[in-house]
Amino acid sequence: MVTSVANLAAVLILAPFLLGAINRTKALVAGRKGPPLLQVYFDLAKLLRKGFVVSRTTTWVFYAGPVLSVVAPFVALLLLPLGGGPAVLSFTGDMILFVSVFALARFFVAAAAMDTGSPFEGMGAAREVTFSALAEPALLFGMLALTRMSGSLSLTKMLDPGAAGAWQKASASIILILASWFIVLLAENARVPFDDPTTHLELTMIHEVMVLDHAGPAFGFVVYGVALKLTVFATLLVTLLIPSRSGSHALDFVLFAGGLVGVSVVVGLVESSMARLRLVRVPQLLVTATLLAGFAVVLVLR
Amino acid sequence: MTPTSLELLAVASALVAFSGLPGLLLPAGSTAAQRIATVLHVLGCAAGAVAAAWVLAGDTATARFAWPLPGGSVTFSLDRLSAFFLVPVFVVSGLGSIYGEGYWAEAHHPKNGRKLRCFYGLATGSLALVMVAGDAWSFLIGWEFVSLAAFFLVTTDRDDAAALRAGWIYFVSAHAGTLILFAMFALLRDATGAWLLAPSAALGSSPLLRPILLLALAGFGFKAGAIPLHVWIPEAHAVAPSHVSALLSGVVLKMAIYGLVRVLSMLPAYPTWLGLALVALGVTSGILGVVMALAQHDLKRLLAYHSIENIGIILIGLGVGALGMARHRLDWAVLGFAGGLLHVWNHAAFKSLLFYSAGAVIHATGTREIDALGGLFRRMRFTGTAFLVGAVAICGLPPLNGFVSEWLISLASFRALVGEGGGVEILGAAVAAPALALIGALAVACFVKAFSAVFLGTPRGPHATRDVADASRSMRFSMGALALACAAIGLWPAGAAGVSRRAADVLLGAHAGPAASADLGVLGGMPLFLLGLIAAAGVAGRVLMRPTARTTTWDCGYAAGSPRIQYSASSFAQMLVGLFRWAVLPDEHRPRLNGPFPAAGQRFESHAPDPVLDRFLLPLFSRGRSLLGLARVIQVGRLQAYLLYIVVTLVVLLAWSASW
Repeated sequence: MVTSVANLAAVLILAPFLLGAINRTKALVAGRKGPPLLQVYFDLAKLLRKGFVVSRTTTWVFYAGPVLSVVAPFVALLLLPLGGGPAVLSFTGDMILFVSVFALARFFVAAAAMDTGSPFEGMGAAREVTFSALAEPALLFGMLALTRMSGSLSLTKMLDPGAAGAWQKASASIILILASWFIVLLAENARVPFDDPTTHLELTMIHEVMVLDHAGPAFGFVVYGVALKLTVFATLLVTLLIPSRSGSHALDFVLFAGGLVGVSVVVGLVESSMARLRLVRVPQLLVTATLLAGFAVVLVLR
Repeated sequence: MTPTSLELLAVASALVAFSGLPGLLLPAGSTAAQRIATVLHVLGCAAGAVAAAWVLAGDTATARFAWPLPGGSVTFSLDRLSAFFLVPVFVVSGLGSIYGEGYWAEAHHPKNGRKLRCFYGLATGSLALVMVAGDAWSFLIGWEFVSLAAFFLVTTDRDDAAALRAGWIYFVSAHAGTLILFAMFALLRDATGAWLLAPSAALGSSPLLRPILLLALAGFGFKAGAIPLHVWIPEAHAVAPSHVSALLSGVVLKMAIYGLVRVLSMLPAYPTWLGLALVALGVTSGILGVVMALAQHDLKRLLAYHSIENIGIILIGLGVGALGMARHRLDWAVLGFAGGLLHVWNHAAFKSLLFYSAGAVIHATGTREIDALGGLFRRMRFTGTAFLVGAVAICGLPPLNGFVSEWLISLASFRALVGEGGGVEILGAAVAAPALALIGALAVACFVKAFSAVFLGTPRGPHATRDVADASRSMRFSMGALALACAAIGLWPAGAAGVSRRAADVLLGAHAGPAASADLGVLGGMPLFLLGLIAAAGVAGRVLMRPTARTTTWDCGYAAGSPRIQYSASSFAQMLVGLFRWAVLPDEHRPRLNGPFPAAGQRFESHAPDPVLDRFLLPLFSRGRSLLGLARVIQVGRLQAYLLYIVVTLVVLLAWSASW
């Protein structure tokens, strides 16, 4: 329990670094020097101290969006095994809560966007709820396959395929899940090819455009929430990918943290090497992710 | 248990059923008539709810009472399953009656207020009769009374052409369903040898089993609104007074689920195909129901399509449970059944809440058109909060009640995959969890759209800008009570799941009992913990996010923004409706553009008429009518001719039977 909480605290601190790692990767590929690796921390410190201009049309729902966008990934991190140790909270059926808290956050983030009455933010909200709806079944199919492999109904054991020898028995399924969930990671975190977090043309964006009116500390909540959410989805991949645990907590955590940074680098490389998809293509890619995860289930069920 | 609970229930039902009669003796428009009806109705509902809760908490399984009549006897029986379904009947109906005080005040509706109260009571009383029916006859009598009373409730406003149209569609489809049920019960009588609705070992080996179950799916499906038999639902729910819509959606649809569950409880064993059929029907209704809801811009029609979605979720739960039974895997069967049944309560609570708050909006603004509203949250704070609670609950989000039942069904689906061996049962159960996730995510899209278009942003038209007041006290009371119910079930999942497991015992047959319910309580304090976490983060957010200035929404420097540039309900749903165009079949009217800008008066419009009713059935019927016109030649209007037809028919039949 103590190690789990310590791991959680470390991950909460590490999260913004991952965004920095993505930006640094992109800068290096483009031949630029790029912002410092700790830039997101500086941004957060600055945002929390800044003033906060609020639209007159808004209600308390406008504030609920940023609050829940931090709470949801935080709850998800409570449920995930971080760095070899068990999760802080683990119970039968926790994977369903995992998916549901993100849906709860999505409800309020999108409603907060609509609260401003701005067409840009409405557009972002509409896209967000559309794409996430298509991404959710992929997540569930992957978890079903993992449940079958591990015989467990809790994320802690489910994500530890090394223990059950699943890497040997059902490696094809695990590879399919990894591929599917990587697509889900890119979609849920609004990365290229689904969305471009660096563009400042509102018409082309999804997530960034939803939070146009959130300024200062509220935007700080949003940015930290984005960092945590990326960490959550990277954790899913890394925990699956590392096939065994060494037994030493320190070593396991270093390996895990290295894996998180590795996923960030891969995300940065993907962003450097391809352009954003046309919006009409996005649903097709998400359906592909669902089909990949569906195949994984069929493979373990035979 | 003595039949006391049954007696109390009989008194309560009679009180409710005839609560509107004294009012008929008083003049139209009299407030006294309204008060008497409401008081009697609420008293009856309270007594009925007490009786039901008593049975649900008790240990003995069934109270029976046979009433000898000429030519046979009518049996009434009250077990935990009946009691479980009776609770929402009395709660929703009682609260609806209080809501009606403000919503359909006699003083404002002297023409039809007394009629509405009369049939509202009758419908509730007959619903109770259906739930305690012990044999096919009393069941069908109650069923028919509900159908007729509901017809008069839907057509409360006789001057409204849309209400009459909806009423007739309902009338026809309800009776099509009843006809199928007549056939089903007749076959059931053949297979079991009695009219009683009791478990029968003979049923399992009967060759009639498959037709009986298919007829039950079709007949109850008509009433419950499983796609493609849902045609009456959007029409009737949209035009009826809002507390009637709540009764229809929250309770009358559940009557069909009750009937289906009652028939299932008679089976000695569950065939695999039945579970697969239920899951398939549920997934289809769930996904297509919410997709069709997304395409609507009439607030109550949107809610009506969500009833179809939620019936789908209930069917998925029952189907997963049935698959577990077919596979002799009690661990997942009990989760599926308990989840499906709990969703009956949950849907009754949050859907009634949504209809009440939608009704309050319609009452205040005078329109059901979502795209004419906006920005109501500041002026209708209570109603808006109530709608928000209902919206979060219906999307199956924690920490409210919808999450608990959907969590149980999803967990059943995951449980199915634990263990060795494959098979079609496991595959069928495995579909449930991802399907529920998709349904939930689409529901999030739909309710973000509905909530924000109605309550957030700025008013879009004169309906929303006029002097809008929040709901009256009686309406707020009913909404508040249901919102508390949603929170209570959501925050105490173990208790709620325990109650629905007690009702599900009837479906588990010989395996019934608390032994099968290991997983039901594991959610424990998680929703409460989540709520605490959200509250703590909310406090932190309040401290950190202090507005320093207020101004207009960021408009990219374009300073002439109007409320009309906001995303509307239609534009919000456009992408998803486009993805499911093959199922929704929307109507789009695009103006021809002859330049960069549309000319004055050119508008883009899109509508989503019901794909089954408006695209298929109504054209079919109007074709059919001209074809059947040919048969009119035999309708000559002379008695002698009709007698001749009878004689000829009899002779032909006699000759045919003699030749056997």
